[in-house]
Amino acid sequence: MPVELFAVLQAGPLDAVLAPFYWFLALWSDLLFAVGDATGLGFLDYRFMHRAILVGLCIGVMAPLIGTFLVHRQLALIGDALAHTAFAGVAVGLFLNGVFSLGVSPYLTAVVVAVIAALLIELISEATDAYNDVSMAIVLSTGFALGTVLISLNAGGLAVGINQYLFGNLSTVSAENAAILLVLFAVIVGTVALTRNQLLYVTFDETAAAVSGISVTWYNRVMVMLTALVVVGAMQIMGVILVAAMLVVPVAGAAQVSQSFSESLLVSVVLAELAVLLGIGASYYGEATAGGVIVLFAVGIYVVAVAIGKVQARAGEDATPELGSIDAAETRSNSD
Amino acid sequence: MSALRNGESAESAEAADTGLAADDADDGRGSSGPLVELADVEFGYTATPVVEDISLRIDPGEYVAIVGPNGSGKSTLMKLILGLLRPDEGSARLFGEPSHAFDDGARIGYVAQHASASKEMPITVREVVKMGRFPHVGFGRLSAEDHRIVDEALATVGMSDFANRRVTKLSGGQRQRAFIARALAGEADLLVLDEPTVGVDAESVDAFYDLLEALNEEGITILLIEHDLGAVTDHARRVVCLNREVYFDGPTDEFVESDALARAFGTAASFAGGSGGGRT
Repeated sequence: MPVELFAVLQAGPLDAVLAPFYWFLALWSDLLFAVGDATGLGFLDYRFMHRAILVGLCIGVMAPLIGTFLVHRQLALIGDALAHTAFAGVAVGLFLNGVFSLGVSPYLTAVVVAVIAALLIELISEATDAYNDVSMAIVLSTGFALGTVLISLNAGGLAVGINQYLFGNLSTVSAENAAILLVLFAVIVGTVALTRNQLLYVTFDETAAAVSGISVTWYNRVMVMLTALVVVGAMQIMGVILVAAMLVVPVAGAAQVSQSFSESLLVSVVLAELAVLLGIGASYYGEATAGGVIVLFAVGIYVVAVAIGKVQARAGEDATPELGSIDAAETRSNSD
Repeated sequence: MSALRNGESAESAEAADTGLAADDADDGRGSSGPLVELADVEFGYTATPVVEDISLRIDPGEYVAIVGPNGSGKSTLMKLILGLLRPDEGSARLFGEPSHAFDDGARIGYVAQHASASKEMPITVREVVKMGRFPHVGFGRLSAEDHRIVDEALATVGMSDFANRRVTKLSGGQRQRAFIARALAGEADLLVLDEPTVGVDAESVDAFYDLLEALNEEGITILLIEHDLGAVTDHARRVVCLNREVYFDGPTDEFVESDALARAFGTAASFAGGSGGGRT
């Protein structure tokens, strides 16, 4: 009984919010057990693998989704900067847990710290009129320095567990962390779905977007905050050091083979999912760190995409459509 | 009766055609006063002003060209008008509101010098032109009507066959046509164009100015920032000659006869060849 009492005390409003997500996780697990039985894939016999695959699939959607808007504004490295500040957030969580014996998930403190850092980077860039790599480098190193200091202060048992945050780990994806990720996923995908027009316009042509009445500053803030959420969500599997790769590599690959923006979004998600699934499978059987394997697969896919892009470009050179004339009369006839 | 636009906009087009002031076609979205009003505007990126003592009023239905040599503050003035910059002194108003606070993008179409947009992004011509409809739909989806307007804009600039081409693979002139189509698709009351024909071939440039004239006849106000003095004097009804301050503001005929050009540009400038300012 005391154990159950403890569990009830621990259960705050957070658990009420997460309840439907736990239900979904159970459903997902049943599904994968069935798939495992049907296909004979050994790694589907473990619940932690079910959670890891679900988290991986979510990362495969949200990282390239946000990454597309970052890469095409030459902001590829902002993900890296935010990942390092998220590491500071993890350290803050571990520190609080160690000193005050709280049961806070370090991922929650990571979300808070990363979002604050994201806004900080954005405010610095607004004040200086440019995203400059210097301010990003300063935020990045500050975050990592803060993280290492907090961890060393709190040494002993904690330093051992830090690897899972640095390099990611499939087997430590707890039900709570998976549920937190599902919440982040819903927020990110929902926000992008709602504001896709504005985000696209700001990404493609900031000046014209501003003239068309879009508050560029506001959407830039939304974008960096979403990036912070993605980074923290993806950190569980990818680790702090490699998380930025998922924002950048699939998007870069998709840009090679796509003509349209919507196509590039779709292709980048497909490429990312491919890398995630191949990576998780290979890392299980090869007993390697999943984050690294996923990134290697992603880079391999990128190289293939570059090659396909070159072939496509050569094939497309033959067909050049006819350029029509600018026609003032057209405007008149069309209106009748 | 020609009316490019439909619905509410058609009213203002007809009003202009029948000689009524656009006041009568006011659909409640804004006041009937000047579209652009600058009063004693001064602005500088540093302590030295780039433009000063600028007072300018543009009424509905006008076709105004701003000319001036390189570095004369033309683009800065345009940014002040659009509210992208705020004046250090004086006031800038757009559709009766302070320019920087004005946010009804559906009323302004904008064609920049082609440097402003992303150069590498995978995006098709049609997707770019669709952005012209974004101020009209907000968070919503484009309707069938929006898509029809996009197709029309593409046809108008002769880019229908390029609709599904990636913008990054177009020539400079083709890309510029896509941006012009985007501005047309916005069905704006005011078109602001910053050297829109840079990179466009000579034959199409003439056709483009004919298009602007046709749009102006339908009641759309046009503000053109141009380097090409020949094009300006052939087409615009009113010229504002700028070199840090306004050297001339009046009908195009009077501008041609005045000495404002020589004063603003220095002695080398002329209308011959249609490119007096010396393009860089």
